[in-house]
Formats: sequence, structure tokens, C-alpha cells
Amino acid sequence: MNLFLDAFAWLADPANWTGPGSIPQRIAEHLWVSALVLVIASAIALPLGALVGHTGRGREPAVMVSGGLRALPTLGVLTLFGIWIGIGLAAPVIALVILAIPPLLAGAYAGFESVDRRTIDAARAMGMRELQVVGKVELPLGMPIVVGGIRSATLQIIATATLAAYIADEGLGRFIFAGLKTRDYGEMLGGSILVILLALVIDGCFALTQRVVVPAGVRATRTAELRSGPTRSRTIVGRPNTEGNQE
Amino acid sequence: MNWLWSNLDLVGELMLVHLALSVPAIILSFVVSVPIGWLAHRYRWSRGVLLSICGLLYAIPSLALFIALPAFTGLSLRSPVNLVIALTLYGVAVIVRTSADAFDSVERDIRQSATAVGYSAAGRFWGVELPLAGPVLLSGLRVVIVSTVSLATVGAVIGVPSLGSLFTDGFQRGIQIEIITGIVATIVLALGLDALSVLLGRLLMPWTRRASSNGRVLTARRVREETA
Amino acid sequence: MIEFRGVTKQFPDGTIAVHDVDIVIPPRKTTVLVGSSGSGKTTLLRMINRMVDPTGGQVLIDGTDVATVDPVKLRRGIGYVMQNSGLLPHRKVIDNVATVPLLRGESRRAAHAHALELLDTVGLDRSLADRYPAQLSGGQQQRVGVARGLAVDPNILLMDEPFGAVDPIVRAELQQELLRLQGELGKTVVFVTHDIDEAFLLGDQVVIMQQGGLISQAASPAEILAHPADSFVADFVGADRGKRALHVTEVDGRRVVVDADGRAAGVLAS
Ligand SMILES: Nc1ncnc2c1ncn2[C@@H]1O[C@H](COP(=O)(O)OP(=O)(O)OP(=O)(O)O)[C@@H](O)[C@H]1O
Ligand SMILES: [Mg+2]
Repeated sequence: MNLFLDAFAWLADPANWTGPGSIPQRIAEHLWVSALVLVIASAIALPLGALVGHTGRGREPAVMVSGGLRALPTLGVLTLFGIWIGIGLAAPVIALVILAIPPLLAGAYAGFESVDRRTIDAARAMGMRELQVVGKVELPLGMPIVVGGIRSATLQIIATATLAAYIADEGLGRFIFAGLKTRDYGEMLGGSILVILLALVIDGCFALTQRVVVPAGVRATRTAELRSGPTRSRTIVGRPNTEGNQE
Repeated sequence: MNWLWSNLDLVGELMLVHLALSVPAIILSFVVSVPIGWLAHRYRWSRGVLLSICGLLYAIPSLALFIALPAFTGLSLRSPVNLVIALTLYGVAVIVRTSADAFDSVERDIRQSATAVGYSAAGRFWGVELPLAGPVLLSGLRVVIVSTVSLATVGAVIGVPSLGSLFTDGFQRGIQIEIITGIVATIVLALGLDALSVLLGRLLMPWTRRASSNGRVLTARRVREETA
Repeated sequence: MIEFRGVTKQFPDGTIAVHDVDIVIPPRKTTVLVGSSGSGKTTLLRMINRMVDPTGGQVLIDGTDVATVDPVKLRRGIGYVMQNSGLLPHRKVIDNVATVPLLRGESRRAAHAHALELLDTVGLDRSLADRYPAQLSGGQQQRVGVARGLAVDPNILLMDEPFGAVDPIVRAELQQELLRLQGELGKTVVFVTHDIDEAFLLGDQVVIMQQGGLISQAASPAEILAHPADSFVADFVGADRGKRALHVTEVDGRRVVVDADGRAAGVLAS
């Protein structure tokens, strides 16, 4: 238990809360890098996933890309970009974007696919244009799963951004690596506690969001257990890193 | 390329070390999570709690868990056992939900008819529920295999040797081919174990062999019929 | 008037769903397409609003080839009701009914007011307007589906097995409701069903389809019963058996109609 005392002592030390490389600065870095990566990766993966889910075309390659990228060891990708690009934020950001794509892509196409084909058919029969089908039917109905993918990706980004401190001077991972170097377990553990708290808080926010985005009518369906359901097989969107695509 | 030829031994050795880390973690997480999954399936009230705990566990960044764990276990940070425990925890977190779903997927009718023909509770579990949940359990196991093999490399930064050592060493010495070798070896290992698990699944569950190849076609046809 | 001229549909996988069909669907009447599963009824119906495009021949509405009309515009002017009602699960009843008027750019207020009137028209209580589809019974959902189909006051209403998924009692109720509506509104209704009784009840014209998308006979119910085109039709409509093979017997000076099994069906008037 005195290990925790060391960690709390480190956390409570006012010297760690001000100046360059302080806790608040590292938290801000961590959040900023994560947000940047999330935005870039989403801009690439979400429209692509939506397109695949909407048209049903390119499904096999999408499954393969999202499955294949998942097998990539994060540390390997980070260090590889680290020596290719060198010091600075570019290397970790690019590596993190690549690693964040699979859960985003899988969430987007699984979300769009999960929408009952008959509902989409009816929307088209009423005279909705393709974009209206996407925006007014598929997006709201698939949203919970899409957000699930974003949640997985975000957790993955936060975790990998910690590891990225190995190749760049960035984020809360710095405390861990500094502590490892000087064998200061208090600092390592203190840094770890901060990372864990950050991840849990953000995961909690997503859990709430995921509830909010379930359309009210769909929530009603769940309680009423009505017959309509997804007609295409549903891709399973699991938890970070490993969301399994079991197809 | 020179690096690769002169270090083939090292790569081979690290692959074995890597296996020694990840295989126990994979097996342990499977063995631990099946009963937990069954519990979550059998007792509705426990489901939310168990799945939330798994969710929280999985939200924890791996590096942070590797470092925090010794504070609980008293093990050394560089102990492989520490890493295996952490990997097992992640594995369990991933697979519990799937295994709860797996047991859910066994149809009620089948379960009730098994009881009706005189299976005891235990006999029904081993003879009916477990085998029928098998395909979904296998899909969960496959996810865990890939994630565990990949995650084990992270141990290298805290000093637990594995294929990840090729990343840290290659990064420090600026040897690109070393890192690429490490990535390829990790993927090969993951895919190899994955293929092995699929093979094992076919051996143990011969009744799934045809169904899986027809599944896709069947769904496609059903979709067409329902939208027609 | 809807006219099919030599219409064929072959799907990319080679299935011929509709083969060289010629029919005229008269305006302001109900035409029922009936046939067993897979005979091409849905395909034929969906060629009218271009949900399916023919691979041969033409479909004309009032003399205009639909192939020349923008499908979205075309569909917004044609009502469509399907089996599972096809309602959007995330929208309230009222918004479902008002979907197409809103798509067409009507104001929300006007669209909602009109939607409420339509609920009256199809016999639904206005208090259901704020429910979600999942909170309605199957029969109520179907009625909402019909209201939505009528929302733009279309000349043409396409109905694909609209009452296929409800129980027989509710189905009978909905059939009567449709007859009443049709009496009031006089739309050109094209209705698909498996059920020959439903076809004879609702149809001014009944089109009997055979596997491979062939039309066996298109005529009024009375004509089909009187002169079935071939043995397939005779068999399909059961013209010479069961409750359709009626004959008259004399009971105490009154003429009673009985069916093939001897069950009384009614009394001959006059
Ligand atoms: N998109 C499609 N691709 C390939 N074949 C199709 C497609 N849609 C329908 N078919 C085939 O065309 C034939 C006619 O189908 P259609 O849906 O028109 O039949 P139906 O008379 O409406 O049947 P049901 O009463 O079962 O609804 C069937 O053999 C069907 O399998
Ligand atoms: Mg049909």
C-alpha cells in the first residue's frame, strides 16, 4: 500500500502542478492530441463506413481493413512512424489515426447496416432522395452503434496516446516513462492513475451520449418487443482495440 | 535485410517468449470468462453489474494497468506474471459479453426440451448449452487472440521481453527493418493462433462446418425476400 | 390510367420475375394482383413507382412513360403502403403521416393539421398522434401506413399485402375500412394479395398471376368465376369446389343456396 502513498504524495506535490511539463499541461496535451486524432480519423472513416453500410458495396474490403488493421501492434506502428518521421507530434498523430480507423469504420458500417431494410425501402418508396434516406432514416436509427464505434475509438486513442509518449514529448504517458527511467514508482503510478481517471471519465460521458442518441421511438420498440428487427446480419462492435468483427 | 538474417535466432526466440506470455493469458481468460458469461446469462440482475465491470476494465489504458497492477499484487513490474495477469484481465473484459451473448443464443426451446428428456442441470450445461454456445464463444476467443498477441508487445516498454522488444530496440537504434520484422512476426503469430482456434473449433464442433459457409447466402436471400 | 406494355423484368441474377405483361389498370377503380408467392406481384407493383425498372417494355401513367419521370418526383405523387407498414420507428405517428408533405416543403403546421385529418379519415383516434409506431397495435400501424399513403392526396395508391400481417378479425375490419375509403375517395388502387377472397372482395378488376410473372387472367371477379381462362385459374379461385360451388335447393317453397359441402350460404331473394 505504501506504493499508493508514493503515488498520492507525487500527485499532491504542488511542484507537479505548475510550470512546463506539469500535470495540467500534460492533461491538456493528452486531450488535445486525442481530440485531433479523433477528428481526423472520423473524417476519414465515418463517411467511408456510412457509404459501405448504405450501399452494401465494398463490405468485404471494409471488414478486412477494419479486421486487418486491428491485428497491428500499436507499439510497432508508433515506433515505426517515430523513426520514419522523427521527433514531434506528426508521428504519433499519424500512427494514432491509423489505429483509430478500424473501430470507427466498423461502427459506421455496422450502424448503417443495422437499420431494417424494410424501413429504408419504405422511405425510398415515399420519395426520399438517397441523401435524405441517409440523413433522416439511416443516421438516426444507426446512431447508437455509430457512437459505440466512436466510443471504442476514443478509448483506444487515449490508451495509445499514453503509449505515444514513448516516441514523443506528449501527454500523460510522459510521467510513466519519466518514472520508468528514474525508477520513481510514485510518479509512474501517479501518471497511471491520472490516465485511468481520464479514460473512465470520458468513457462515462460516452455511455451517457450513447443513451441519449437512441431515438425515443426505438427505445419504445425495445420495451414493446415488436417484430421488426435488423434484416442484415449485424456486425458486432465490441470494446476498444479489439472490437471484434466476427465475420 | 542484413539485420534480419543475422538475427533470425533472436526473432525465433522472441516469438517463443511471446507465445509463452500470450497463450496462458488467452487460455486463462477463456476459462475464467465462460462461467462469468454464463452467470450473466443465467441471472439477469448480475448481467448489468458484470458487464459494467468488464466495460470499466477495458476502458483502462493498457500501459497504466501494467504499472498499476504490481501495486495490488506485490509482483515486480518486470515480472512476466504481472503481464499475464493484466492480459488475462483484458481478455476476460472482452470475452464476457460475448460469452453471455453466446449462452443467450441457445434457443429456449432447445434448452427446455433438453430438460424434458431428462438432462440434469450440469449435464445440460456440458451436453447442450456449452456446445451450442460454442460458435459464438469461438468468435469471442478469436477476438481475444488477436488483441492479446498485439497487446503483449506493450510489455516491452516496462521491460518484459516479447516481440515488442524488437520495437523498442529498433526504435532506439533506428533499425527500421527490426520494427517491421516485429510487426510482421506479431501479425503472423496472431493469425497463426487464430487459424489454430478455428481448426480446433471445427474439430470440436463438426456440426458448424456447413452452416457457416451457407450463412451469408441465406441471410442475403432472406433480406431480398423481406424487402421484396 | 396505368398501362403495362410488354413489360418484362429480369433481375441481374437471371430470375425472370415478370414476363411480357400487358395490362390496363383503369382509373378510380381497385385492381388486385393475386397469385402465389414469387409470382411477380410485388415486382409488377413496384414498377409503377420505379422502385423497380423494367428490363423490357413500358409502364405508362396517363400516357406518360414513367421511365421519363424523375423517380423521386414520381414516388412523392404516389401513395405506397406495405405489409409491415414501413413506418419510421424513430418518428411519431403524426410525423410519419406528414413525412412526404414535409419532404415536399409544406410548412410543419399545415402538414400536421392535415395529418390529423387523415387520422380521422382512416379511423384512428387523434390521441394516437404522439405515439411512436412501436406503441401501436399491428392494425393501428397499418392504418397509419394508409394515412401516410394518402398524405399527398395521390391519384394512385399502391398497396403491397397491406393486411398480410394482422389477424383475421382485424383484417376483415381493415378491408371494410378500405372499401369505405375507396367509396369516398375514388383512387386508382393497385392492391397485392395472396388471398383470393380478399381479391374478390376488394377488386373491381382482379389480375391472376402465375409463376414466372405471367398473367393468367385479368377480369372482374364475376367474370373470372363465370369463365375461368384456364384450369390454373379455375383451380386457383376454387370455382368448382367448397364455398364457391353453390347450388340452389328448395326448402319449404323457398330457394336456399348451399355450397359443395351442403352448408347453407343464404337465401335467394325474389
Ligand atoms: N431484387 C431481386 N433480385 C433477384 N430476384 C428477385 C428480386 N426481387 C424479387 N426477385 C425474384 O423475382 C420473383 C418474383 O418476386 P416478387 O417479389 O415480385 O414476388 P411476389 O409475387 O411479390 O411474392 P410474394 O407473394 O412472396 O411477395 C421471385 O422469384 C423472386 O425471388
Ligand atoms: Mg411480394
